[in-house]
Amino acid sequence: MGSAGRKFYSISVAVFFAGCLSLLMLGSGVASAESQIDIYPFADEAEERRYKSLTEEFRCPKCLNTNLAGSDAPIAKDLRQTVYRLQVDEGYSDQQIRDYLRERYGDFVLYDPPFSAQTWYIWLTPIGLGILALAILGRLLGRARKQAPVALSDDDLGRIATLLEEK
Amino acid sequence: MIPELGLFSLVLAGSLSLFAALIGLSGTRNVLLQRSVVSMTMGQFALALLSFSALVWSFATDDFSVAYVANNSNSLMPWYYKVSATWGGHEGSFLLWILIMSGWMLALTMRGHQYPTSFFTKVLGIMALLNLGFICFSLFTSNPFIRLIPMTPLDGADLNPLLQDFGLIVHPPLLYMGYVGLAVPFAFAVAGLLEGQVDSAWARWSRTWTNMAWAFLTAGITLGSWWAYYELGWGGWWFWDPVENASFMPWLAATALVHSLSVTEKRGTFKSWTLLLAITGFSFSLLGAFIVRSGVLTSVHSFAVDPERGMYILIFLALVVGGSLTLYALRAGQNSTQVAYNFLSREFFMLINNLILIVSLAVVLWGTMAPIGYEAITGGRISIGTPFFNKFFVPLGLLLAIALAILPLLNWKRTKVEALRPAAISLVTAAVFAVFIWFVLDPTSVVVASAVGLGAWVVLSHSVDLFKRLRKGTTLPMAYIGMTLAHLGFSVCIIGIAITATQSEESDVRMAPQDSVMLAKQRVTFLGVVDAQGPNYSAQQGVFLVEPESAGNYELRAEKRRYFAGNNVMTEAGIQAGLLADTYVSLGEPLTDGAWAIRLHYKPLVRWVWLGALLMALGGFVAIFDRRYSSSRVRQSKMTAKAQTKVHGESQGESQSATTPVSAQT
Amino acid sequence: MSRASLFVPLGIFLSILALGYVGFSLDARNQLPSALLNKPFPEFSATSLLQPDVKITKAELLGRPVLVNVWATWCPTCKSEHEQLMRIAAETDVLMVGVDYKDIPERAVQWLEQYGNPYDYVLDDRDGSLGIELGVYGAPETFLLNAAGEVVYKRVGDINVRIWESELLPRFQALEIEMRGQSGPGR
Repeated sequence: MGSAGRKFYSISVAVFFAGCLSLLMLGSGVASAESQIDIYPFADEAEERRYKSLTEEFRCPKCLNTNLAGSDAPIAKDLRQTVYRLQVDEGYSDQQIRDYLRERYGDFVLYDPPFSAQTWYIWLTPIGLGILALAILGRLLGRARKQAPVALSDDDLGRIATLLEEK
Repeated sequence: MIPELGLFSLVLAGSLSLFAALIGLSGTRNVLLQRSVVSMTMGQFALALLSFSALVWSFATDDFSVAYVANNSNSLMPWYYKVSATWGGHEGSFLLWILIMSGWMLALTMRGHQYPTSFFTKVLGIMALLNLGFICFSLFTSNPFIRLIPMTPLDGADLNPLLQDFGLIVHPPLLYMGYVGLAVPFAFAVAGLLEGQVDSAWARWSRTWTNMAWAFLTAGITLGSWWAYYELGWGGWWFWDPVENASFMPWLAATALVHSLSVTEKRGTFKSWTLLLAITGFSFSLLGAFIVRSGVLTSVHSFAVDPERGMYILIFLALVVGGSLTLYALRAGQNSTQVAYNFLSREFFMLINNLILIVSLAVVLWGTMAPIGYEAITGGRISIGTPFFNKFFVPLGLLLAIALAILPLLNWKRTKVEALRPAAISLVTAAVFAVFIWFVLDPTSVVVASAVGLGAWVVLSHSVDLFKRLRKGTTLPMAYIGMTLAHLGFSVCIIGIAITATQSEESDVRMAPQDSVMLAKQRVTFLGVVDAQGPNYSAQQGVFLVEPESAGNYELRAEKRRYFAGNNVMTEAGIQAGLLADTYVSLGEPLTDGAWAIRLHYKPLVRWVWLGALLMALGGFVAIFDRRYSSSRVRQSKMTAKAQTKVHGESQGESQSATTPVSAQT
Repeated sequence: MSRASLFVPLGIFLSILALGYVGFSLDARNQLPSALLNKPFPEFSATSLLQPDVKITKAELLGRPVLVNVWATWCPTCKSEHEQLMRIAAETDVLMVGVDYKDIPERAVQWLEQYGNPYDYVLDDRDGSLGIELGVYGAPETFLLNAAGEVVYKRVGDINVRIWESELLPRFQALEIEMRGQSGPGR
């Protein structure tokens, strides 16, 4: 890169990042799609947080990959209401709520795939890959350690000396 | 007339790419033919630019006789959205893809003098072949210039209001720069395999381009996440949606590649692995295009579903990736170097880094594609989403951070254990800090404290190393500065992620005018609703006064907009962006007695996620400045190398090029 | 790296490719398989739409094959499948149960009067709670139950002639034979 090229490049990078930085610090006046805000009373913040996290865990059956929390669809609203009812009115635990929805809508509605007789490999495959990676790591290290270092010949040493001098 | 000109330019660009590909890959030694490839590449760019400009022109002038314009635009849109609507749909965004591909090829021709001609000609040939595939895809299945004559509509169908936003102006171009940019290291790898010469010099040539493409991809993904955050309104910034994963996978491969190239350049080893990564990176870009445009996976972000297009991309994918992987399998074993290194060495930790990234890549790929396999095998349907990915990425991210913190202290080949003392000191400091955080935040999870602690450790160990070097007075190579910036960016990012994912607060409340609510040490008062008007919408605007405990008051406005064309109703959130936290307000439905349903978010450190990522991208851009990659140095080194070989009678095979400074670190 | 291991990436890629290809042939993306398949229809107690003081429970649905059709006046596809439902009601003796899903009862009654009522029972599910029990997420959806009250088939989408003849009719006939077999010589 010639020095003019470097100047141009550095200025463009600087401008680009200054732009990005100011952008990222921008706020108001920007669009969101959801208009459905359900007002539910909660005993405390922990309960509200629990509800939020549950509605984020379930998939809206009708939508193109959205969770219950983020969907406008009527069925999503109904299911949010169901989660609320089960959590607050009936005192279900998190797992009971998951089971309830799973019984009616199937595994599809859970973003956290269950570990069952049909789905065990969904979880075990990535874990298996991780173990495989460790094994490969171990083997490569073993091989690398065993490598005998290549002895430098006098010729090579002489060349190295010359090169270092030239620098 | 103009649209036809655009179409014609595209066809011409296609024929130029066909010839460039044929001649480039023929392996000809004829200098004139080799030079012709360069001129054809430049010609392709000019024609692609012409074609793209024709489409932009059609949008800017409201030419609804072009079907694509009629489907994606409207006369009432502001001009800047009309221009960006050019890449708002499938056909136009793919034309942008072609333009950017031609742009990278042009950039190659400008720097091509520093590479051996036969190698470089092959590189251009491969890029031209890829571009030919893209152009044919566009011409045969996704022509943006199809006309609606004589049934020309009076006005367009309007661009989806979600896309009428600044995000559309910046996110796709940057993202495509990254996606398509990975074709350059891909071409370098394939050309290297074809030439049969892959060595440290090859790695050094590839690094500039890889770093640049990687930096663009990082910036593109970051802006996309930022856009989703304020656009979708429920505080999320990453959803593990197939389209998002489609951009994350090439990024993971490219990050591994960036690191692997450094090892191949400095130590001459990991060659086949680096080649594989270079091929993998771009392959995932193509796979990403397939996922997004074929409809095989359901996503809110995907373009209109069309199985015919999907099939074409699949076949293209099969040929390009299948072909290059076959070439790899046949040729990669040829000149491998076995090099010795210890456990405590830079090579080994680079290997750890690469394996963590590849395992992460495999997890994302699995999580994205497994539901298809499951449905094919059992007929049932499952969903794999955030909870699944988090379970893997949290430990993987933490492991990566640990490796990262130790890295600056490691030498190539072997490091004495004593040299790690500074790391131990930083670790203890960071651990104390982590415990403090755990105590203060009182989080339910130790993971958050560990993430923050590890992030702090990375920052500390890199800063300590930086200080040591500055004190010694050696000039810092730009590549080192780039690396430090990128690693610091990574820590900022994971600290941001850990905090914002667990410490955010959110409330959905009923508020009447003058009601107020406490949101994380801020008092938020609802002042009421006023009417407002925009260029293509009318709105009701909610006004809020926010009074933080320790800082100045400010006002936030949130809107409910009704767009005239299409009658869509959209809500606009009011966001107060801060370095330490975001406060976010949005309007729901009006309730009885003048009250409204209001959503309030408080998100601490959410901006750190993107600022950290942006810092990473900056690191990538800065590293390219390094003098070792400058072409004047390379020319000089080539001449010196020639002189050396004459003097000593034989070259050193695949070891480092003669005048690369021998340094122990970086 | 050994010779063979260099081919591993190609192998992995080919499987991804196969997966992508398979993805094309998969059935319509918006049809969720029912979680109730081969399981008992849930217990319920619903008001009859046409006779608001009458309650209908699962007991009414036992003893013969049942077609449970989820519909609503706001659903345009339900209108187009209506004709086929009338035909099914006339030509077969399957018990037809309609579930008026998230609808306005008065409008539904009017709709049935205007276009005809193919159902033996119509259930008023104005809040969608029965729908949730059934895993319904839109209309129209149809369930086929056997004599024991178990769900043997679910269709998400309209019942047209093709679906009736290829999917529902064979199953219904099989159920009838089964039922007759049980109530035949043994009795």
